[in-house]
Amino acid sequence: MLVEALILSAILFVVGMLGVLVRRNAIIIFLCVELMLNAVNLSFVALSRFMGIEGQIYVFFVMTVAAAEAAVGLAIIIAIFRHYETVNVNNFNLLKW
Amino acid sequence: MIEILFYIFAAVAVGSAFGVVLQKNPVGSLLFMVATLASLAGIFVLFEAHFLAAIQIIVYAGAIMVLFLFVIMLLNLGHDYRRDIQVGVGMVLAFATTGLIAGILVRQFGGAETSPMLAAFPGPEGMDALLAEQGIIGAIARPLFTDYVIVFELTGILLLVALVGAIAIAKRRV
Repeated sequence: MLVEALILSAILFVVGMLGVLVRRNAIIIFLCVELMLNAVNLSFVALSRFMGIEGQIYVFFVMTVAAAEAAVGLAIIIAIFRHYETVNVNNFNLLKW
Repeated sequence: MIEILFYIFAAVAVGSAFGVVLQKNPVGSLLFMVATLASLAGIFVLFEAHFLAAIQIIVYAGAIMVLFLFVIMLLNLGHDYRRDIQVGVGMVLAFATTGLIAGILVRQFGGAETSPMLAAFPGPEGMDALLAEQGIIGAIARPLFTDYVIVFELTGILLLVALVGAIAIAKRRV
């Protein structure tokens, strides 16, 4: 079941990455980042079954960081929305070249 | 039985992950994400990580997803049915990149379960013995408050900084 879990983790990560690349809605992009974090969590948990409890502790920390990141990221999205009245990332091109 | 459950949860997880990416409505995307998180929690249970499965449901599917929902509601994006998937060269490149990475990752996994690297670790039997002796909460808490206690405290500081930062950024006049 380890190999299947790792493959599932890879598939979920790639789907999340695809979402980050093709979607233009900032909130969906953010959601897809969470999906990628979860894919990594899955491989940590699957490997912790074979390699000791540390994997689950790392997942614990990843979840904490994800919560902090969600709070700050959504605050930034709110601030951007106040400024531009949209969350479409095509409009935020000041730092693009 | 466990294998069958795993494949059911895996199918739900992948299906709803595609739902997250392809759904036009942000609220629909979010509900698909909750389904993905719930089925991942089920898979965590199959790997004997019961505490993390509970945390996944309570913190991730409960708290973080509700935070997303609040922001969608606050910004009134729930009626945004326009398709915002960007088509063109960028999308083709994205598919090529993601497909290539998926292929490389999956190629690396063959025989992972019988890899000699795993022999140095306790393995499922050792983990079962640990869980029978200490329970899942004890098994996680013991290293968390001994070996990883500094990291744990730093996480507390990180959460405080994130809290203050989120309030400062989202305030109308700073």
